[in-house]
Amino acid sequence: MSTTPLPTDTAPLPEARPADPWRMPAPRPRGAVSEALLAALEGSPDDARLAPVTDALEEARIDGPDGPRVVLGEDAQLALLVLYELHYRGVDGVDDGWEWHPGLLALRSRLERPFEAALRARVPQPAWDGTPADAAGVAARLFALAAEDDGPSLSRYVAKKADAAQARELLALKSVYQLKEADPHTWAIPRLSGAPKAALVEIQADEYGGGRPGRMHAELFAQAMRGVGLDDSYGRYVDAVPAVSLVAVNTMSLLGLHRRLRGAIVGHLAAFEMTSSIPSRLYGNGFRRLGHDTDTTWYFDEHVEADAVHEQIAARDLAGRLVEQEPVLRDDVLWGAALCLAVEGDVAAHALERWQRGESALGRPLATA
Amino acid sequence: MTIQGPPDDVTVTACPDGPLLVRGPATILGPDGEPVPRNRATVALCRCGGTAIPPWCDGTHKVNGYRSGPDAPAGDGGDHGGDAPRPRE
Ligand code: FES
Repeated sequence: MSTTPLPTDTAPLPEARPADPWRMPAPRPRGAVSEALLAALEGSPDDARLAPVTDALEEARIDGPDGPRVVLGEDAQLALLVLYELHYRGVDGVDDGWEWHPGLLALRSRLERPFEAALRARVPQPAWDGTPADAAGVAARLFALAAEDDGPSLSRYVAKKADAAQARELLALKSVYQLKEADPHTWAIPRLSGAPKAALVEIQADEYGGGRPGRMHAELFAQAMRGVGLDDSYGRYVDAVPAVSLVAVNTMSLLGLHRRLRGAIVGHLAAFEMTSSIPSRLYGNGFRRLGHDTDTTWYFDEHVEADAVHEQIAARDLAGRLVEQEPVLRDDVLWGAALCLAVEGDVAAHALERWQRGESALGRPLATA
Repeated sequence: MTIQGPPDDVTVTACPDGPLLVRGPATILGPDGEPVPRNRATVALCRCGGTAIPPWCDGTHKVNGYRSGPDAPAGDGGDHGGDAPRPRE
């Protein structure tokens, strides 16, 4: 996936914390679009001044034939991340009234159209193989799709080779999503009904700790971050994360926030769960090899057990029963699954390539622990 | 195949080529007869024998070639297994 390089600012990340730690800190701009957007969001939605953002989008030729390439770059991906974040916990210093501002939503859709086109170009619709499209057939097809995935294995590298700095980078790289783990898929709940809805709630309840905040997967991830000496505050490493990772996170938000794409977010979740239990064991092994204790590896150990449950529920009761209910969603479910494998695979390929060259997988280095 | 008791009771779902999914308040006993701590509402019991975290499934069945055999007829009377006689798990 083509990305433009991050600005060559190698200064360590600032240690400043946002005024409101529950929100994402306002990130540093990565180009004209994100710069104009962040400047506009400093103002009030009641006195919206969005013309500079529109101009920057024109200048970037986001609506042109090259739009799908441009939208995968650092600048546009950061802009999308910020726009989507308004629907999660918000951005530090940004008025909550922006979330449903019609002008801002119009700008978002100008980014989303080429973004979706880019994803469709990256991941063609997988063919249905002729199995009956009932719950069992859909589950079998999804498991086969995940098994056929021949993307590079980041977890095997971490198990055997990663050093302490790379292990920290891995967590920083994943933190933009993992500190809000499960949230993008939760958008799908009110869009489903009956059996698939019950299945999604069953999975998500477990993701959120089954009523115990300390077992919430995002909390376990925060604990792992602290274990390797990282700051676990929400969105802390956004500035360090390259576009390829933002693409993976923005993909989930795109699929989750559009009811039209509910089949795809369901397929995405199924594929995510199907590619988690075995890699989680390998990640855990890597962190144990590096001398980390069970508090730090708990996140991975938990996912070995949890995702072996979730993948079964996601395949049959969620994806399978959804396709039985709404057969027209069959191809979207498959595409969402393939998309998950592709964009997550791109992150793995990026990190491996950098690490094997002895370079950082991040756009900006972490301060040493 | 799902073994279904009264509503709100325990159900065990045999996942094709995979684990047994247990929902409801079942107590799982270890070889010593002691209850195995359950950390989640729905658990997956390994039936391929390959897991590293017994009695739970850890996804290993996907890479060790485990096949559970043809499906048993579903409890709703649905025909998932053709005319084959009811297989033993
Ligand atoms: S059934 Fe899943 S590991 Fe044995």
